[in-house]
Amino acid sequence: MPKLLTGAEIVFKCLEDQKVEHIFGYPGGAVLPIYDELKNHPSIKHILVRHEQGAGHAAEGYARSSGKPGVVLVTSGPGATNVVTALTDAYMDSVPLVCISGQVPTHLIGTDAFQECDTTGITRPCTKHNWLVKDINDLSKVMHEAFKVATTGRPGPVLIDIPKDIQFAKAKYKKPNKEKKLNGKSHNKFSQDQIDELVKLLSKAKKPIIYSGGGVINSGPKASQALREFVELTGFPITSTLQGLGAYPGDDNQFLGMLGMHGTYEANNAMHDCDLLINIGARFDDRITGKIDEFSPNSTKVHIDIDPSSINKIIKVDLAIVGDVTSVISKINKTISKRKNGHSKSNKSNIAKWWEQIGKWREKDSLNFVNSDESIKPQHAVQRLYELTKNKDTYVTTEVGQHQMWAAQHYKFNKPNRWMTSGGLGTMGYGLPAAVGVQIAHPEKLVIDIAGEASVLMTMQEMSTAVQYNLPIKIFILNNQYMGMVRQWQELLHEKNYSESYSEALPDFMKMAEAYGCKGIKADNPDDLDDKIQEMIDYDGPVIFDCHVDPNENCFPMIPSGKPHNQMILGPNDQEENKIKGKGKALV
Amino acid sequence: MPKSKSAYSIPTKKQKPDTYIFVVWVDNEAGVLARVVGLFSGRGYNIESLAVAEVDAVQNISRITIVTTGTPQVIDQIRLQLTKLVPVHKVAEFKREDKGVIFKEMALFKVVGKRNKIEKCLNACKKFNPVILDETKTSAVIQITALRREIDKMNKKLKPLGLISTSRTGAVAMTRGAKIFN
Repeated sequence: MPKLLTGAEIVFKCLEDQKVEHIFGYPGGAVLPIYDELKNHPSIKHILVRHEQGAGHAAEGYARSSGKPGVVLVTSGPGATNVVTALTDAYMDSVPLVCISGQVPTHLIGTDAFQECDTTGITRPCTKHNWLVKDINDLSKVMHEAFKVATTGRPGPVLIDIPKDIQFAKAKYKKPNKEKKLNGKSHNKFSQDQIDELVKLLSKAKKPIIYSGGGVINSGPKASQALREFVELTGFPITSTLQGLGAYPGDDNQFLGMLGMHGTYEANNAMHDCDLLINIGARFDDRITGKIDEFSPNSTKVHIDIDPSSINKIIKVDLAIVGDVTSVISKINKTISKRKNGHSKSNKSNIAKWWEQIGKWREKDSLNFVNSDESIKPQHAVQRLYELTKNKDTYVTTEVGQHQMWAAQHYKFNKPNRWMTSGGLGTMGYGLPAAVGVQIAHPEKLVIDIAGEASVLMTMQEMSTAVQYNLPIKIFILNNQYMGMVRQWQELLHEKNYSESYSEALPDFMKMAEAYGCKGIKADNPDDLDDKIQEMIDYDGPVIFDCHVDPNENCFPMIPSGKPHNQMILGPNDQEENKIKGKGKALV
Repeated sequence: MPKSKSAYSIPTKKQKPDTYIFVVWVDNEAGVLARVVGLFSGRGYNIESLAVAEVDAVQNISRITIVTTGTPQVIDQIRLQLTKLVPVHKVAEFKREDKGVIFKEMALFKVVGKRNKIEKCLNACKKFNPVILDETKTSAVIQITALRREIDKMNKKLKPLGLISTSRTGAVAMTRGAKIFN
């Protein structure tokens, strides 16, 4: 007779069979049997966070930077509710997470027991799927299915709620079942005909643009490779969403920079004026499209996505190809190459004029800013950080706000999985715990959280985690004493009524660093900036870098609300120029 | 139009919504109805009626029939979003006007009053296969099967004849002929 294992043992058996090496968690009454079992499984390392939200974001950073699912372990009640923000964040940005939560014993469910909450009810809308395991015999099957659901198709978070009595109960362990299909939901549903149709469109296009997104990153490093080949084969310009940065080299000439609300002038104008738009693994988010009615009005639209529900959700497309980005792009590349062998006619000459036009837009230099000798401009700080770290295979996380956009604009990523940011949900406080997770996955790499002082205070407690595990993460705070993006909107749209966006009593970050037992560095003079950044990079241990920047700086360019792509507000240089010409301040 | 102060876009022209019926085959497990219904409420879709019961005890399959309204784009989204749910096996949808599909609702009417009024009620229901399920000297429970709007109509019509309570199911649907949904 096979050996009977306890629920807690089964949990670890499953984690081992799923090749899990790290779990991020926080103990509590309803998960104690699982924590008790931890000592018997040396291949699995537990990272003790300081707040369950931190565990979730750390697991997200771990997953996004490594391509493996992040695993979270929390207790019932507040443990589970604290992780909800991170689950929602992972759901919006398609990050594979497996969250295991403890629950009160089955006989107490529904009685308002101590630390009881309806965890599966609360997390139902923010997970791909969740399970409450009421029978020990279901546990191994559910665990394996959870990993499968989290990592296949469009990835996302899942949650398994395990009552405490189930953790003690005994059953046989079942190995993962390889053939099991998820109700026959296969992910590649495209045909060669569709590929041929796309290739035909490619050859006819005069003003094409490729718009790639986080789906390319999620599809794995091979997808980025295929994308690069595709861009080279076609000679087309490419722009990227916030989540897609790094899939295509940020410093390449065919790359137009990020598009969308704070995207470049050339990327947004190219999106507006193009005749062929190829969306690869992006979802026409509202920060990207601007005004829907005037979004890319004259283009034939192609959408490649693994999630059929992303297609025609916001923007009606002419050709939809449902499948994994790697498979689809590889197929396209093969088809193009085959055709080229037949007759070497490429359409690169067709699009020469288009490139000329793009060159003109580029001359606007829309990411420009007026630098200063007296105060550190935040854009300048990010640029210097980039210059001093670009040869180091650096991993960057961010919080949410102006600093996030400046990081996206001025830090150039050349590889996928190097850029971790909260895009869909826009979670302030994401970056610091995410950096913890990234550093766990890549212990030898340089990991920087480009942060704002308001965001970072939301999850500051995780510095303690970084110190405990000696994770040399660098928290690079662009400190402008404001919730900068809120302040910017208030300046532009609410008549400079800076309602509650100024932080009256900020902590002294140097002392805070000292209190946590890490290094603090402060910079407020542009002349010292490079040396201080170098000091941060060279220090072997966690650093809080308090970079005092100009508090009045705004993030440009910008598409104002309800406007299409070709009506951007540009930066101060351009606004000045237009005033002189009497053109009015915003429209070009 | 006043200048928008929102960081979000302004809603633009809307198409006219139509009535559609969704038939969804799901694993009969705890919470599955909440998942389906939560999808509708969470994404702002409308539910006009809902009928659900297990239809295959061996394979443990329940069949959910939902009447909803939406523009073709929204209906597409509902179908695609439903299909993504893990316990969902199959989704079919059709327009209310679809001639190839039958759909029916059942209603129970409790009528209290004199014999002649009850007779009048039964008479009024004649077209909808009335069955008397319970009868006393002063009351009757009448069951009818009909379309939603027909039941709406009867509901109004029977009020002055002593109707004091109505209970009705959501619509259920079945294809005509030998075909089944797929």
